Amino acid sequence: MSSIKIELRQEDITKIREICDSFNKDPQELINILHSCQEHFGYLPAEVQEVISAETGVPVAKIYGVVTFYSFFTMTPKGKHPISICMGTACYVRGAEKVLDEFKKELGLQVGQTTKDGKFSLSSLRCVGACGLAPVVLIGDKTYGRVAPDDVKNILKEYE
Amino acid sequence: METIKLTIDNKEVEVEKGTTILNAAKKLGIDIPTLCYLHLDDLNIENKPGGCRICVAEIQGRRNLAPTCSTKCEDGMVVKTHTTRVLNARRTVMEFILSDHPKECLVCAKSGNCELQDMAHRLGIREIPGAEYAAVSTYKFDTSPSIKRNLDKCIMCRRCEMMCNEVQTVGALSAVNRGFMAAVAPAFEQNLEHSTCTYCGQCVAVCPTGALTEVDNTPDVLRALADPSKTVVVQTAPAVRAALGEAFGLEPGTLVTGKMVAALKALGFDYVFDTDFAADLTIMEEGTELLDRITRHLKGDKTARLPILTSCCPGWVNFFEEYFPDLKDVPSTAKSPQQMFGAIAKTYFADKIKIDRKDMVVVSIMPCLAKKYECQREEFSVDGNRDVDFSLSTRELAAFIKQANIDLHSLEDMDFDAPLGESTGAGVIFGTTGGVIEAACRTAYEIYTGKKLDRLDFTELRGFEGVRAATIDFDGLKLNIGIAHGLGNARKLLNDVRSGNSQFHAIEVMACPGGCIGGGGQPLHLGNSEILKARAAAIYNEDRKKPLRKSHENPFIIKLYEEFLEKPNSEKAHHLLHTRYFDKKKKIIVKQ
Repeated sequence: MSSIKIELRQEDITKIREICDSFNKDPQELINILHSCQEHFGYLPAEVQEVISAETGVPVAKIYGVVTFYSFFTMTPKGKHPISICMGTACYVRGAEKVLDEFKKELGLQVGQTTKDGKFSLSSLRCVGACGLAPVVLIGDKTYGRVAPDDVKNILKEYE
Repeated sequence: METIKLTIDNKEVEVEKGTTILNAAKKLGIDIPTLCYLHLDDLNIENKPGGCRICVAEIQGRRNLAPTCSTKCEDGMVVKTHTTRVLNARRTVMEFILSDHPKECLVCAKSGNCELQDMAHRLGIREIPGAEYAAVSTYKFDTSPSIKRNLDKCIMCRRCEMMCNEVQTVGALSAVNRGFMAAVAPAFEQNLEHSTCTYCGQCVAVCPTGALTEVDNTPDVLRALADPSKTVVVQTAPAVRAALGEAFGLEPGTLVTGKMVAALKALGFDYVFDTDFAADLTIMEEGTELLDRITRHLKGDKTARLPILTSCCPGWVNFFEEYFPDLKDVPSTAKSPQQMFGAIAKTYFADKIKIDRKDMVVVSIMPCLAKKYECQREEFSVDGNRDVDFSLSTRELAAFIKQANIDLHSLEDMDFDAPLGESTGAGVIFGTTGGVIEAACRTAYEIYTGKKLDRLDFTELRGFEGVRAATIDFDGLKLNIGIAHGLGNARKLLNDVRSGNSQFHAIEVMACPGGCIGGGGQPLHLGNSEILKARAAAIYNEDRKKPLRKSHENPFIIKLYEEFLEKPNSEKAHHLLHTRYFDKKKKIIVKQ
């Protein structure tokens, strides 16, 4: 028997069921179901995967296999202020990696992780279409352009 | 049937459209080496993820080498299976696989019986270039009551995943993560113990390396044998005698009952008994329960649920507790023969030889890995003392015999000890699919009708189709019998029971394809159904040779009821020989 306790609020269970129903609980639609659930919850914790499994009949091991295969899916909740650093070609050649390293150092995080207080999460992405501003950093909806490693401290201060 | 012609290694061959190059080559007698590929011929299932790339060949006009296990033949194709390019590619692929594989062959449980090792030998690998620089992935080691997982040795052939999902529909294992971190694991990479695993062991039975192996209980047994204060009693399941010989080079289907008994005595067991005795006892209890339920049902008693399901297979019990807990009052409450044996050995027999149950160690030799878990279930022990202390697989027994310098071939046949070694042919056929229900029919018929059966071979219940149905005429009462082997097939019958569409009065289920003869603890047959058929034939052969072939005629069973249990389904029998089942399905808890 699984040691994972599937404990969720009723409204969350209802929401997952609604999403599964909207795809007729079709196992073939698993990826779409996962997309919708991640859109709603922000991430795909074990509990959510368990409920999807119960609804669709797809073994939870298979669901976990899909979630861990596609890098778009995440099992870690995003922070209140999700930080994305563009690693597209333009940003990369203008020093995005150094900027990313600075964020990692300041927050003590690796890419894909979230701070313990849930405030910041760190991710990298490929090209946001603002190459003129390279290197680009997104925090939530806000865009920062021509970011240098030295700016990182000040940027983070805005969110204190 | 549309056929096409192609040339493989300068030989022309005509095959059905859709045939893979690998199978076309086989037709020509060309044995292309394969590693991840597995063909379960009786189930018509092929594992061909095309993942390992060992089976590659050169196809004229194509730039890349093609994996022959998953490339279909085309008309006029010209294939070469052993060019320099092909041989070099195979060797390189193998070197890559080995660079991420522990070099532990000397101490690996699978050594000598390992497909990876054999392949390295066949391909003439003599060094692993760059092995000293290569990072070797490391995973968490996982052990459960039955199965050990050492994923460092996994080569991602995904055979186990296919067995677990397609054949058994258990869904405990799946490929997870990607690249270097890829593995086959339960959800959230939890331990097997915390997954939906039923311990059927079919994953272990197909693993080409030492990644999945049984928990080795031989040291525990050795310790018990060395302890002078312990009386060590052993019981052997019916399917073991039909397969043990294979581990000693004998043809599949060679019965080694007498030699197995002699070997166990030579190993130092104080009493060598037969699980078949307990199988006869199971028939008495389960058969009586079957007749009771049917009679009550016919009288309109709504509490008598039908069909009754057999309950001797521990993988099957785990399966319905996990997936069909709403039906947990449907299976017979009779314990499995292994556990009935333990319960009788540690009460009736311990009293007979005047020892305390704590001074008796009961060992079982089983074709099964789920039996290891079953004997550890809490409800099967008294004050922490298990009814069956340890369960060894057929493979472990074979290894044990070899370790003790016992030459099985030269042993004189010996008989099981009395009284728990006496059995009928009905007990023997428990080892193959359809056998339990056939044994039950032999006894239930005579008890129900009061007449003697004129034929004992219920051939309509035999065979290898995954789901079988037959109607047995009990002197006017037509009993519809269902049989399923392999958990995927069982699921089909169970879905009908759940929806109320089942026409059966009784259903026999065995978790492993073929029944116990194809158990997860048997010498590996790797999907070759000819081996299973030979084992089944051996079992029916032993049944035919037995002077008594109906459980209720076993004189020691009759005596056991007279002296100890009173009658089948008596209060005492219920206490010792019956069990209950648990709801193990995960629950969704609403957070307040």
